[in-house]
Amino acid sequence: MAKLTFKTDKCKGCGLCVDVCPKKVLTLATDKINAKGHHPVQAVNMDDCIACAFCATMCPDCIITVER
Amino acid sequence: MVVFEKPHALTDVPLHYCPGCTHGIVHRLVAEVIDELGIEGKTIGIAPVGCSVMAYNYFNCDMIEAAHGRAPAVATGVKRANPENIVFTYQGDGDLASIGMAETVHSAARNENITIIFINNAIYGMTGGQMAPTSLPGQITQTSPYGRDTDHCGFPIKVCEMLSQVDGAQYLERVAVNNVKNVKNAKKAIKKAFQNQVEGKGFSLIEVISTCPTNWGLTPQKALQWVDEKMIPYYPLGVYKDNTAEKEAE
Repeated sequence: MAKLTFKTDKCKGCGLCVDVCPKKVLTLATDKINAKGHHPVQAVNMDDCIACAFCATMCPDCIITVER
Repeated sequence: MVVFEKPHALTDVPLHYCPGCTHGIVHRLVAEVIDELGIEGKTIGIAPVGCSVMAYNYFNCDMIEAAHGRAPAVATGVKRANPENIVFTYQGDGDLASIGMAETVHSAARNENITIIFINNAIYGMTGGQMAPTSLPGQITQTSPYGRDTDHCGFPIKVCEMLSQVDGAQYLERVAVNNVKNVKNAKKAIKKAFQNQVEGKGFSLIEVISTCPTNWGLTPQKALQWVDEKMIPYYPLGVYKDNTAEKEAE
């Protein structure tokens, strides 16, 4: 069972992780705003996550921890 | 089981870079390599002037802030005074390829045993998007609103190709960080550059093709595509010089 943890306060909403995810697990939470004023990333269908860590590899701000 | 987490050599300070700027990816790769080689306690980094001017806040190792472009000169002094330390510089194109060109070429010519991480994003980011020595022909910037005119402004400088003619340089590679595969290759290159220094093999420079979504006027996603479409054809990726294999044979 894969698990993703986000340091949401550091997210800048660039969406690089959203684009690179092969299973379309991630989206930007357009109904939320974090402390920096960005729409942070969120996982919407965690059941599909294969813990490939592509999102964390492309995240410029190193906010994603991937566990399996 | 943890598949991926923040490397220890990176501090918890939030990066000040614009959203989608690949500086953060390169910072992380350097930190991962420092972790993997177990050299955090004896690494000294030299921060440049440019967007990455505050890199000293982000690495857990000792950091020194150099005058604009003089990071290789500072690194030379640190390395010669403390040869047991691992010394790296982290420089952008305005720092390394413009004002710091002399220091770069001469530190390569002297074959200083240092590692240089060179971020090439074809623009001056911190000062607001002026034309850099690495800006592509026809590229629109604040100071070339009709595109870079090579009759008037000359041609971009290809740092890896240029330094490959300098006898002292030992390892030169150009990598990109615009997709997962390229990021993995970039990490291998950065690791080799640090490994070379640990083994005393001499001057290593890794040129990383990076993005500047803000000053290119593109979204972070389009900026990654722009790297594939425009930057990589002009700055081909690959190893430009590798004398380290010969040294092993000796």
